[in-house]
Order: sequence, then C-alpha cells, then structure tokens
Amino acid sequence: MEMVTLTIDGQKVEVPKDSTVLEAAHKANIRIPTLCFLKGINEIGACRMCVVEVKGGKALQAACVLPVSEGMEVITNSPAVRESRKVTLELLLSDHNLECPTCVRNLNCELQKLSEELGIKSIRYPGEKHAPRYDDFSPSIVRDASKCILCRRCVSACHKVQGVGVISPNHRGFNTVIAPVFDLSLAEVACVNCGQCIMACPVGALKEKDDTDRVWQALADPEKHVIVQTAPAIRVSLGEEFGEGMGAIVTKKLPAALRRLGFDKVFDTDFSADLTIMEEGSEFLERLQHGGKLPLITSCSPGWIKFCEHYYPELLDNLSTCKSPQQMFGAVAKTYYAEKMGIDPSKIFVVSIMPCTAKKFEAQRPEMNSSGYQDVDVALTTRELSRMLKEAGIDLSKLPDEEFDDPLGISTGAAAIFGATGGVMEAALRTVYEVVTGKELQNIDFTEVRGVEGIKEATIDIDGTKVNVAVAHGLANARKVLDRVKNGEANYHFIEIMCCPGGCVGGGGQPILNAEERWAKDYREVRGNAIYEVDRSMKLRKSHENPAVQTLYKEFLGKPLSEKSHHLLHTHYTKRPLYPEV
Amino acid sequence: MAVIKSIEELEKIREQAKDLINLRKDNETKTRVVVGMATCGIAAGARQTMLAILDELKKRNVENVIVTETGCIGLCKFEPLVDVIKPDQPKVTYVNVNEEKARQIVVKHIINNQIIDDWVIPNI
Amino acid sequence: MEIYRAHVLVCKGTGCTASGSENVMDAFQKEIDKRGLSKEVRVVQTGCLGLCELGPNVLIYPEGSYYCRVKAEDIPEIVEEHLVKGRIVERLLYKEHLTEERLRALTDIDFYKKQKRIALRNCGLINPEVIEEYIANDGYKALAKALTQMTPQEVIDEVKKSGLRGRGGGGFPTGNKWQFAANAKGDIKYVVCNADEGDPGAFMDRSVLEGDPHSVLEAMEIAGYAIGASEGYIYVRAEYPIAVKRLEIAINQAREHGLLGKNILGTGFNFDIFLRLGSGAFVCGEETALLASIEGRRGEPRPRPPFPANEGLWGKPTIINNVETYANIPEIILKGADWFASIGTEKSKGTKVFAVGGKINNTGLVEIPMGTTLREVIYEIGGGIPNGKKFKAVQTGGPSGGCIPAALLDMPIEYDTLVQAGSMMGSGGMIVMDEDNCMVDIAKFFLTFTQDESCGKCPPCRIGTKRMLEILERITNGEGKEGDIELLENLAKSIKASALCGLGQTAPNPVLSTIRYFRDEYEAHIKEKRCPAGACKALIHYEVVADKCRGCGLCVKVCPTGAISGERKQPHVIDQDKCIKCNSCFDRCPFGAITKA
Ligand SMILES: Cc1cc2nc3c(=O)[nH]c(=O)nc-3n(C[C@H](O)[C@H](O)[C@H](O)COP(=O)(O)O)c2cc1C
Ligand code: SF4
Ligand code: SF4
Ligand code: SF4
Ligand code: SF4
Ligand code: SF4
Ligand code: SF4
Ligand code: FES
Ligand code: FES
Ligand code: FES
Repeated sequence: MEMVTLTIDGQKVEVPKDSTVLEAAHKANIRIPTLCFLKGINEIGACRMCVVEVKGGKALQAACVLPVSEGMEVITNSPAVRESRKVTLELLLSDHNLECPTCVRNLNCELQKLSEELGIKSIRYPGEKHAPRYDDFSPSIVRDASKCILCRRCVSACHKVQGVGVISPNHRGFNTVIAPVFDLSLAEVACVNCGQCIMACPVGALKEKDDTDRVWQALADPEKHVIVQTAPAIRVSLGEEFGEGMGAIVTKKLPAALRRLGFDKVFDTDFSADLTIMEEGSEFLERLQHGGKLPLITSCSPGWIKFCEHYYPELLDNLSTCKSPQQMFGAVAKTYYAEKMGIDPSKIFVVSIMPCTAKKFEAQRPEMNSSGYQDVDVALTTRELSRMLKEAGIDLSKLPDEEFDDPLGISTGAAAIFGATGGVMEAALRTVYEVVTGKELQNIDFTEVRGVEGIKEATIDIDGTKVNVAVAHGLANARKVLDRVKNGEANYHFIEIMCCPGGCVGGGGQPILNAEERWAKDYREVRGNAIYEVDRSMKLRKSHENPAVQTLYKEFLGKPLSEKSHHLLHTHYTKRPLYPEV
Repeated sequence: MAVIKSIEELEKIREQAKDLINLRKDNETKTRVVVGMATCGIAAGARQTMLAILDELKKRNVENVIVTETGCIGLCKFEPLVDVIKPDQPKVTYVNVNEEKARQIVVKHIINNQIIDDWVIPNI
Repeated sequence: MEIYRAHVLVCKGTGCTASGSENVMDAFQKEIDKRGLSKEVRVVQTGCLGLCELGPNVLIYPEGSYYCRVKAEDIPEIVEEHLVKGRIVERLLYKEHLTEERLRALTDIDFYKKQKRIALRNCGLINPEVIEEYIANDGYKALAKALTQMTPQEVIDEVKKSGLRGRGGGGFPTGNKWQFAANAKGDIKYVVCNADEGDPGAFMDRSVLEGDPHSVLEAMEIAGYAIGASEGYIYVRAEYPIAVKRLEIAINQAREHGLLGKNILGTGFNFDIFLRLGSGAFVCGEETALLASIEGRRGEPRPRPPFPANEGLWGKPTIINNVETYANIPEIILKGADWFASIGTEKSKGTKVFAVGGKINNTGLVEIPMGTTLREVIYEIGGGIPNGKKFKAVQTGGPSGGCIPAALLDMPIEYDTLVQAGSMMGSGGMIVMDEDNCMVDIAKFFLTFTQDESCGKCPPCRIGTKRMLEILERITNGEGKEGDIELLENLAKSIKASALCGLGQTAPNPVLSTIRYFRDEYEAHIKEKRCPAGACKALIHYEVVADKCRGCGLCVKVCPTGAISGERKQPHVIDQDKCIKCNSCFDRCPFGAITKA
C-alpha cells in the first residue's frame, strides 16, 4: 500500500494513501470530535462537527471525508476550528428537544457527550424548533423527530447495512425530516423492524417500543403465572449495561436477576433453540431426501422473515416452516408446560428477553397463537430488561450465580450459538450429521461458517452426500445470496440468514454502542466470540442430546414433524407489499 | 435530410443554407435594391418587377443583395422605380423598370457593376 | 433555395410566448398568405432577444426594425405599411427611455449598442428549430475543425489559452477542468451540461437553450472529444418547457444529420446527448447534487474532493459546465483563443450575460464584455433608475451574492473584483435597488430564499441560516436587540467556513455585504426602531401634516379601512389603530401632506 506523510497539528503522520484525515488523526492519537460519522456505514460529511483547517484552503473541511494527500498540513485545534464546532453544536442544540432527564438515551447520548466535551455553556442562537413528530404506530420502533439531529446514520444503516431503505430525508431546508416516504409511519411501509436504525442513532430519536409497563403489571398481578425466557445472545450483552466489558458472559447472573424481578419461573430460549434444531434439521432431511423445495432457508430471525415477505415473496416456499425459538417456547409453555404443571394457560404470562426489536412484531403476528392464546405475551429487548433491573435496584454484576429452572431451562451449546451468525447452521449440521450417519461427529466445530464475513459458504460431506451451505447476516448481504439463488447462479442446499449484522449478538435490541466504541472494536466479533466461549463451556453441545427436549418428544410431541409439532411449532408466511396499498 | 458524412458535405450544406439567414446579417455591407411599391407602383406592375429581380438573383445565385420596397416618392409617371445602392456608392435610380429591364439591371449593374445609363432617371 | 426579400422574426422565447407571440406569428403568416407575399416574405421564429419585458417582440429584416409589444391587431398594418409599402410603423417601434426617441433598428438602441454578443450570437437571429440556420451561421464548423485539425490536447490548450472561466457561478478555469478530466483514468467519461438555472429571476441559460440549442450540443461534443467521452447529459429544469422542446428537436435533428451518434462527420468520433429533467430545486444546480439527481437519487450535495472530474456521474470522470460556458466554446475554437482573450480584462476574459432587473428602466438580458463597469450597465445599457429615484445598490450573484453600493459603481465587472466587494459573479443575476429599498429587508428576502432551498444536510446551513433569518425578522419588526449585528456577523462567518456546499457557504453574503455597506440602516432599525427607506411596515407609521393638508378628502376615499377622518377643508387625521399601512393615502394625496416615518 502506497503511504503518504502529512502533518497534523505539527506532528508528522504516515498513513496509507486512501486514508481520511480523521483516520490519520486517529493514528496520531489526535481526537477530532465526530457526530454523523459511523465507520464504514455513514461517511458523508454532513454534520460538520469534525471540521479542521487545511493550510491553503479557504473553507474548513470535514476530516471524516477528507482524503489525505502528501505534504498536507492540517490544524485540528485552532480558534476558528473550535469556534466553528461550537457554533454548529449550539445550532444543533437550539433545534433539539433537550429533555435529557426523561430521554431514553440520557447518559448514553453522543450529543450530550459532545456538548460536555466542547464545553458548551449556553446556546447563543435560540430559535424556533422543527416540527415535532412522534411515530409510535409500529409495534417495534418509535421515531421521535424532536430529538433527531439529521445525522443520517439510521438512513445509511437501513439502506446500506440492511438493503431496506425505508427511511430517508424528506422535504428541504429547516423542514427536512428523516422519515419514510410521504411522512408515512414506519408501520405502513416495508420496514422489517430490525432496529438497526436505533443501533446507529447517536441520540434518542429512535428507540424501541417500550413494553416494560406491561411486564411490571403482570409481575404485580397475583393471578398471573409469569414466566420468562432469555434468548441466546442476551448472556453476552446484558453485562455491558452494567459496566462489564464488551461481550462479558453473564449466563448465570441472568436467572438470579430475573428471579429478583419477581418472575415465577426463569427459563431459557436456548431450550427451544434445541427444539428448533430437531424440527428444522428433520425438515431439511425430509426436503433433501424427498425432493422438497431447496435450498431450505432458516426462519428464526423475524426481521429476515418480514424482509422475505416484502422483498422476496417468490422465495417464501424456501423458508423453513419452523417457528422461531421464541415462538416455539411460547407455544410449548402454554400447552405442554401448562398441562404438566396443572396451570390454566390463560393465567400464564410469557415474557421473552430478546436482542431484537423485530421479535415484538413477531409475537403479535396473528398466526402466533397456536396454544389458543397469544403464545408470547411480551417481547422485551436487552435494553428494556436492563432498565427494569436498574429501576428495581438490581445490579447484575453483584448477583450470585444461579441456574435456570426445569424443564424449559435446560439447553446445549448448540442452542447457545444461535446468537451468532452461522450458529443455527452449525447447530443444525451437528445434529443432521449424527442423525443421518448414526456416527458420532469427531470435530463438532464448523469454523467455516463462523465469523463476521458477510457471506460464508461451505460444502459439508455427510456420509458421501455433499451439502452446499451458505450463511449471510445483515440483509444487504442476504440480498446478494438471494439474488444468486433467484438467478440460478448458486446451488445451495441450506442457507442461514440472520437479519442483523453479526447475527443476534448485533440485534437491534442490544445495548447501544457509540460510534467511537464501534470503531475501536468490532462488537459483532467480540460478542460472537463470547457466544462460542459459552458453547465450549457446555457439557452437552448437540441439540438432540438435550434431555428435556427428548422428554418433551416422549411425553407430548411424539417425534419431530409430528402432527402436534406441525400444529404448535410450524407456521406459514404472507406476501407483503413494497408500498402501502391505498 | 440525409446524414452528413463528411466535412465537405457539411460545407456544402452551409453554402446552400447561407441564404436562409443572409438577410439578417451584416446588412450595412450589402447592395440594396429598393422597389417603389405604393399604389401607383403596384398599378404600374412593380410587383412583377420585384419578383423578377428576386428570381434573377436566385437564378444567378447572387448573395449580399437586399431587396426592399418603398412607398410613393411622387414620381408616379416613372413607376415602377428601382433604386440600386451599392455600399459606399451613390444611389442610382432606374425608371419604368419592367420585368425584362429588371433582369438586366441585376446582371449588368448588380453583378457586373455597369450602370445602365439609358434607364437612369432623367434630370428633371 | 428560395430567396426572400424580407424576414419577419417573431420572438418565441418564454417571455414573448407568455405575452402572446404565438398569436402574433400566426397573424403574420395569415396576413402574408392573404396578400400573396408568402414567396417574398418569410416568417421565422427565434429565441429570446433579451427584452422580454417589452414582448411580444418582432424584428423585420433587412431593415432590422424592432417592434415591441406587438399585438395580433397590429399585424395587418405592419404588413401593409412595412412589408408592402416599405414604411416603418413608427408607433410600434421601441422607445428609448432617456430621449423618448423612437429608434428604428434593434442595433441602434442603447440597450444593444454596448453589448457584445458571443454566447448569445445566434439568439434572436436564427430559427432555433431549423438546424440549417445554425449551420448557415457557421454552426458545427468548430466541431469539424476540432475533429479534423486538432488533437484533443490542442482543444484543451485552446480553451485554456482563451482564459474562459465557468459562467455558472464559481468561475473555475474551464480548460483546467477539462484537463483534469482528460487526465483522470477511466474508460468511460461523461460530459454534463448544467442547465438547472435556479436563481430566481435569472434566464440567461434558458435564453441560450431556447434561442441557440445547437451551440450547446456542438460544444458538448467538442468537450467530449477533448476528454475522451462519448456520452453527454443535459440537466435542464422541467419548468423550462420551451427550452426542453427546442433541445429535443435539436438533438433529434443532430442525430438525423449524423452530427450526433456514431462516426460523426466520418471521423470515427462517437458522441450522443441525453436530456434529464430537473425538479427545480435550487440546490440541484450544485454540481454534485445535480449528478446525484441524474443518477436518480435525492438532489443533495456531497463533500468534494473527490471532484467530479475524477469521480462524477456514476463514479466516472465527468466534466460539468454551465450552458453559457458551453455557448462560448464553438466561437473560441473557430476564432481562436487569442481573439477571445482580447475581449475582457486580465483575469476575466470574454463576455458575460446578465439578467438585469429591479429598479431599472430597461430590464432584460445583456451580454457585455468583462470589465464593463456597473455604471455602464445600469445607466447606459439599463437606462438608469425609473421615476427619478436615487440609485442605492446593485445585487449581483443571485441569492447568494452581495449588494454593491453607489460608491463602487465604477468598478469593472470581473470575477475577482466582485468577490472583493463582498459579492460574486454568480450566474449573472443583477438586481438594481433604489432609495425605497430597505437593505435589511433585501437581505431578509434573499436569505428567505436560500433558507427554503437549503437541502437540509448540514446544520450550519439548515439551522444557521434559519437563525440568521430569525434575527433579521426581529430587526425588521422593530424587536432588534443591541448585539444583533455582531450575532449575525459571527454566525455568518461560521456558516461560510463550515457549510458543506456552496449554497451554505455563500448564503450569508447578502447579509454580510449589507452590514458592510449599510450598517447605519441596521442600526437605525435596532436602536431607533426606524426604517430609513420606509419599507419595513412594522417600523413606519403614516401621519397627516396639518399645515399641508387642505382637507380635500381624497385620502379618505382610498383608505381601505376607514382610518382617515376630518371635516372638509380642515386638516385630517389618521387613526393609527385602524391603519394597515397600505400606502394608498400617501400615493394619493396631491399635496404631499401625508408622511411616513
Ligand atoms: C447552490 C448552488 C447552485 C448552483 N446552481 C447552478 C446553476 O443553476 N447553474 C449552473 O450552471 N451552475 C450552478 N452552480 C454551480 C455548479 O455547482 C458548477 O460549479 C457549475 O455548473 C460548473 O460549471 P461552470 O464551470 O461552467 O460554471 C450552483 C452552485 C451552487 C453551490
Ligand atoms: S437525545 Fe441526548 S441530548 Fe437529546 S434529550 Fe436525549 S439525552 Fe438529551
Ligand atoms: S427497523 Fe430496520 S428496516 Fe425498519 S427503518 Fe429501521 S433499519 Fe430500516
Ligand atoms: S433518527 Fe437518529 S440516526 Fe437517524 S438521522 Fe435522526 S439522529 Fe441521526
Ligand atoms: S450547505 Fe446547505 S445546501 Fe449545502 S449541503 Fe449543507 S444544507 Fe445542503
Ligand atoms: S388628501 Fe391630503 S390634503 Fe386632502 S384631505 Fe387627505 S391629507 Fe388632507
Ligand atoms: S396607509 Fe392605508 S390603511 Fe393606513 S391610513 Fe393610509 S390608506 Fe388608510
Ligand atoms: S461531518 Fe465528519 S463527523 Fe459529521
Ligand atoms: S433478530 Fe436480527 S439477527 Fe436475530
Ligand atoms: S422572450 Fe422575447 S425577448 Fe425574451
């Protein structure tokens, strides 16, 4: 790589030729404040927070998009630069609904932080604020335009990371808003509820629909038997909300915390993840051996499902009919578990703790009531759980280790890796191999499908049958794989698609990292590695070895793909329009 | 019109097209022919005279000539009257110009610069 | 080819079309047919003559007589008198403002005398819908010359040597821009013409496109040859239907004649041009926003570098030039760089087209050599200020330019002098203001425009100009505070330095330049709550001067709110609570007894 040398604040820096001034400054440990910049996702030079002086230039330049050149002289800290940044920030604040104490992002807000950093003491230019719009029609995502600073990080996330593109700038000048076309609600357009826009937002302009009140109410209701399930990816992320490092593993703190909140039983979605593998693995074999529709595509990510329904309806038949682990759990809880415990299912209240905003939508889908009731009553995100714990004065890191309850709390390592991209595929392969061959798998680590590469491909030899698999995460990557399938350019048998980058560890309901933290470390990789660490620490690491699942089949379901399984654990999909129908 | 395949063809078209706009350009440097066209002149056949001039100019592919008309100049018995004004030369007025005379004026005076003295207005 | 003794040119530019030139043209054709003159007299449509205010405009050749405000009813008379009897119809001739003299020929009028028409050379001369007329006036000769006698580098060198600078606003040397694009690596390159012309009141580019579309096509082909491109795009605003139609016709004719397409003039050079219609947002004229819009994305600027010459349309090396810039190119190639460079000044070569408007007698389009003074344009070409009012300032550079005061009237018009004076060349707007214009109000007017047109991408422009506007609003409402001027200056400075694109970077200019030259007016508003020009309604009130009032009652009759009362022949009084400051009584009083202050 060709290198160039430039001077920043008198300091010589050598960087690759295609670097930006911001990257060069970063290398020289010179801090330039940024706001709209989100490495690799939003590099558009919009917010003007990162302006610097370049010798010989008239206007100030945005460091985040300014290419370096040989001999360039940059000043990041002149009076003119500082004043300009301050004026820009004061302008943003003057047009902002500054109600920090009641804001979901209070103390985790980049605007707030910048204002502190730049020493803003007063706003010299107060004035009219842009029209406040509050869109809470979507079951998953809430948009509060009064807090939006138009940095467009969400726009890039939705367009570039997810290939969805339902939010963009509307109108002009002071009236510009970031919104769906024609100022429609997110609920009316082809939004997949993934929440990646929330993850990108530096402020409180985007947030999950808060359902904590409904959970508090249920917990306070003596009539209700309130049970909770926690998704695989929660155990490597919740700790971050309590000052633990990125990817800290808190598996055993979870039951303790949830019990203290007052849940009657603390179960694990990992249990139903194992169940999913039993069903989906069988479905795959069925299709493979009996000429069913291939490639089979996984169906546990509800953001992906809605995406497929809107954008690739012609591939709906390729989707596995298996419900997601969250929904399998709900259906089993309100039938098998209710029966077993002798509890009236109408009194059972199922809460799930998910890394995901799309799960809120999924829980509300009309077909998700095969128990006769809404199978999952409330899906909370990791962030909502953390707020409840804080409100209840529970400090996760100070809790003792505890175990999940029987029987729906028993799980294997195969279920744990559902939380990372490639995990479902790997878990399925572990089981399918042993079921087909009847032999024990020597090396159960399918490392070809692990990691943060956008699209991963592998060919697995199962007793002479070559199975081509592909794994994609982030819907923009999914689009590439699906287009290949559509155009007959690929010969896959089995595809795993996860809506969110990194899989559920990067889900839209996870703790929010600011731009700087995201630049410093790849959270998808760090949290993903923790997931595999969990897997390694488990005694059982294959779904078909889960004793509780085996009992469930014995006592209740019969065998995978049985009629009862079909009724409770499988579902169907609906083609959805790209634009609202008028 | 057909495709212009070469520079030469372009120049040919330019030559042919010149007359389209010639009348609107550099008129100070052109020869002016003024035909008396008031009621008396028209009665005396001035229209035919003028059409003959135009026709002759066209036939001989003469450029840089402006043909205009004027009202009655009070010499009705001499109509049709035709003035020829060459750049930087005094005006020459021909009288009783019929079609035939008109064509000759074009050939002799306008093209070959020979004033036809016999037809020039008598000094009255 | 027929020879005609007379040509009747009817202007069919946007202005004259709006005032009814279509009917005028029909009426001419009918009358001429009726009188059997159709073999001698030709009726021709042309593009804008630059005097749209006076339309429908008609020129009759060979005399070059200029008739203005022609109505269909006038046609029989013009045909009878002028075309049959050779007698010019005096009453319809253009009337010179100063002398009241009726002038016979277009070229005799003051408005035209000082002009030098290069970019507008064919406007009002040829029929823009007939390619042969363009060819007849040396059209496509420059292309032929470039393709057969010059290498691409020689073309670029010629343009460089001519000193031509961009006419779209920035004034960047055109030859250098072409050189960058020629040097840029890439097998596919593009040539783009910026015909967005978003400045309010500007119509320079429209006139060229309507009056001489082929000159732009020819220039784009030359540019394509120079940089190695084979495709061009013209981005023209959809609000210019006539320009769009003429361009479509021109492109089709050029294609039919093999002057666009494959193997042009047998030289092996391929080039084609496509139209893209713009939705009319001002910011879409900014080059990167324009490219985004052509690509089908929201028309928004992006940071430069990379410049379009390196990464332009669809990421390929692209040159983007203004319509007027292109219109100069064929003449430069034909007559040579030295000829072009001999016109104008040291640093600004050639001519510039201006749309002159506001408080001036002759409004319209003028093309003048660079270096002409503002005074010459305003007084000699423009005929001075109407109604005996005093000149106050001239605003150049469109909504993001600045106001230049009387003291600088003898300044030659050049890119750099204008910038030094706190304004800019812009695309050629020139608005004259007289003593009745309040400079704070003017600044507010322009800022309102840029604020509305901001794309909303960066905070300095989106919010900063809004805050400036709010401050101006309070000043003109009499609520200005001590320190407001400094607040404006500080904000303006910061916006200019930090905004992402040219729109934001120049938006504060009208405010800064009016503060610079008319600070006392700002101060009068803020400290004395007084508008010296009497334009800010909130700051004026009307009163009857008892000494002068004769009690005639005329004011009572015109007052829409019944605010004035008084006995006949006794001084009247105005009820301030009822007065809505409509100015009617002030205009009406024959004795000057009503004051506003
Ligand atoms: C807000 C804004 C609006 C502009 N509008 C126009 C326009 O309408 N027409 C134009 O030619 N250039 C316009 N420009 C300038 C273009 O960005 C660009 O500089 C120009 O088209 C280059 O051509 P030139 O070098 O021939 O002038 C505008 C620039 C800005 C910042
Ligand atoms: S978004 Fe940030 S600055 Fe705005 S109210 Fe919330 S915490 Fe405060
Ligand atoms: S939830 Fe996902 S699909 Fe919906 S707007 Fe946000 S990023 Fe786009
Ligand atoms: S919603 Fe958030 S991420 Fe999107 S533009 Fe507004 S502030 Fe930026
Ligand atoms: S300066 Fe104004 S128009 Fe330009 S990018 Fe910023 S907001 Fe948009
Ligand atoms: S018009 Fe003038 S003079 Fe007459 S009554 Fe009104 S103020 Fe008095
Ligand atoms: S300004 Fe208008 S409203 Fe006021 S007194 Fe005069 S006429 Fe009446
Ligand atoms: S412009 Fe660089 S961080 Fe926003
Ligand atoms: S829901 Fe986004 S990947 Fe799990
Ligand atoms: S449109 Fe006729 S003069 Fe301008």
